[in-house]
Amino acid sequence: MTGASPLLEVEHLSMGFGGVRAVDGLSFVARRGGITALIGPNGAGKTTVFNCLTGFYRPPVGRLTLHHPDKGPLLLERMDGHRVAGEAQVARTFQNIRLFARLSVLENLLVAQHRRLMRASLWSLAGLLGVRRYGRAEREAVEFSKYWLDKIGLSHRADREAGTLPYGDQRRLEIARAMCLRPVLLCLDEPAAGLNASESAELNRLLLDIRAEERVSLLLIEHDMSVVMGISDHVVVLDHGRKIAEGTPAEVRSNPAVIHAYLGEEEDGEEGEAGGA
Amino acid sequence: MPSALRESLFAAMIAAILAVPLIGLEAASTPTGLALHTRWGAAAVAVAAVFAGRLGLSLWRGRLPFRAALPAGFGAFAARHRVWISVAGVLFAVALPFLPFSNRYVLDTATTFLIYVMLGWGLNIVIGLAGLLDLGYVAFYAVGAYSYALLGTHFGWPFWVCLPLAGAFAALFGLVLGFPVLRLRGDYLAIVTLGFGEIIRIVLINWSNLTNGPRGIGGIPRPSFFGLPFSADPAPGTESFHTFFALDYSSIHRVAFLYFLILALALLTNLFTLRIRRLPIGRAWEALREDEIACRSLGLNPTLVKLSAFAVGAMFAGFAGSFFAARQGFISPESFSFIESAIIVAIVVLGGMGGQTGVVVAAFVLVVVPEWFREFAEYRMLLFGVAMVAIMVWRPRGLLSHREPVVRLDAPGGGP
Repeated sequence: MTGASPLLEVEHLSMGFGGVRAVDGLSFVARRGGITALIGPNGAGKTTVFNCLTGFYRPPVGRLTLHHPDKGPLLLERMDGHRVAGEAQVARTFQNIRLFARLSVLENLLVAQHRRLMRASLWSLAGLLGVRRYGRAEREAVEFSKYWLDKIGLSHRADREAGTLPYGDQRRLEIARAMCLRPVLLCLDEPAAGLNASESAELNRLLLDIRAEERVSLLLIEHDMSVVMGISDHVVVLDHGRKIAEGTPAEVRSNPAVIHAYLGEEEDGEEGEAGGA
Repeated sequence: MPSALRESLFAAMIAAILAVPLIGLEAASTPTGLALHTRWGAAAVAVAAVFAGRLGLSLWRGRLPFRAALPAGFGAFAARHRVWISVAGVLFAVALPFLPFSNRYVLDTATTFLIYVMLGWGLNIVIGLAGLLDLGYVAFYAVGAYSYALLGTHFGWPFWVCLPLAGAFAALFGLVLGFPVLRLRGDYLAIVTLGFGEIIRIVLINWSNLTNGPRGIGGIPRPSFFGLPFSADPAPGTESFHTFFALDYSSIHRVAFLYFLILALALLTNLFTLRIRRLPIGRAWEALREDEIACRSLGLNPTLVKLSAFAVGAMFAGFAGSFFAARQGFISPESFSFIESAIIVAIVVLGGMGGQTGVVVAAFVLVVVPEWFREFAEYRMLLFGVAMVAIMVWRPRGLLSHREPVVRLDAPGGGP
């Protein structure tokens, strides 16, 4: 495994809103096949970094290079959100879950395979006429969705409205939906928020499985230290939009600047150590 | 109990404030000029009725399962027997011209009804599926109608050539409207589309060279039965419908033909919607309605998704418009005022956004029922208001808003 080669290079990224510099000259690298965590106190600019990466904001300064395994280097900062997802294959989830609440669980996963199905149905024209090729493509898409539903244990609820699922299921469904995009990089914005201890342990297993079996690299924002310390191999610490430390979880944990800025202020750090051990 | 009394007194007070000037005073014209008559008795009756009604409502509400009573059961019933209801409806519609009670008036009313059903189904694509509140839908209807009227009268092009062209023109206008409003949603979108609808109407009034202004366009050629006209005495050497089929001439033939034509167009709209919902683009519309940001994060281009919804919805309005022009033989900008848009939106909202059967029921309530009570035409708006309030109280999501997923895991690939 080419664990050392970089997948995502963030260079000198800056982004401001009015007078506030949400992200200020941030550079870091996410390695292929790795789990990179972005941590920091509230308001440190983590979600802004995500929004720049996934094309929701256009950063005025900085370069975001994705070394796509098939398509070569792609400059994400020049792409719209839907192209980052569709062409660069960078998938993301949201801090406040954004499912299609009135669509069924299965339909949520099918929407994620939209581009593939659009091509198969010749932008729906062939599908309208009932061409066989589209039927096959749709069956494949349903099969692929089923694979992910089995993985997150939601097959028995496939036909329910997504909005009626319990909170934990919605979190997992959003991850599965992002995976149905067949991404090379999966960005998770606080995937463990609102989960209890056993649910977040289950989440850890799911994320490790995504890396090992699906060969997808992960970039995650997280407050839950049991997740961060338990699974990530590289941690980048932000405070007021600047990087204050990075390294392995162990290095970061013992870094005095981090303890001062972040862990020192919150009891979670101590608890996380126990959980991660 | 005291709170019910207090509420009723309050309602009665508001009623009194309104009733005293509106009902209690009457400006009557006498030979010498205007005179003020008073009708305090009538005002008192109105106030008393409000008091009693409000009191009754408050006392009742606690006892009866008021909210969920009949309409919910009705919705569930309709959802369970959806297929049979639809089949029965279509069979009835096909058989209608041959039924004993059917006459010219019934068929005319049914044709008008079906135009609104078709418009409702078309707008349902934009509002119900894609979630884009379009208050200017009648503009596309007008574009379709004028396309056929102009092409038919100036160039003598037949209806069957103009029908797809009218749809294409309307779709083009859908794109033209779509571009500037791409960034808008909800209320803002509603206002802009409302303005667009008015702009089209005002252009139609003022561009006299092309549209003949408020005088409208007359003498629009009537559609033929695949080349056979419905004329009483065809020109020598040509055939008309009744001579070709060796029937006695009857003016009802054309009425029945127009009825079947709009029935076919409406069913086409419905089948298209049912089918497109199973296809990626239809799913994308529904996803856009639910969450635009999530759509972007999944590689859907919101620009294309919105424009396609606008264009497809507009296309069906264009079809309906060209049919309207062909049926009337005369069109003027008056036929495309805002109230038409409002009725179509009301049909979609009342019918339960996204549902197909509900649209038919709502069109019936808003188009056919007022036709029955023609004597009470002045109270039409009142009926609208009552219907809207009733819907908001009982079924805020529409008469039949039940949504079935189009793909199920039990029957994978049950697609097209």
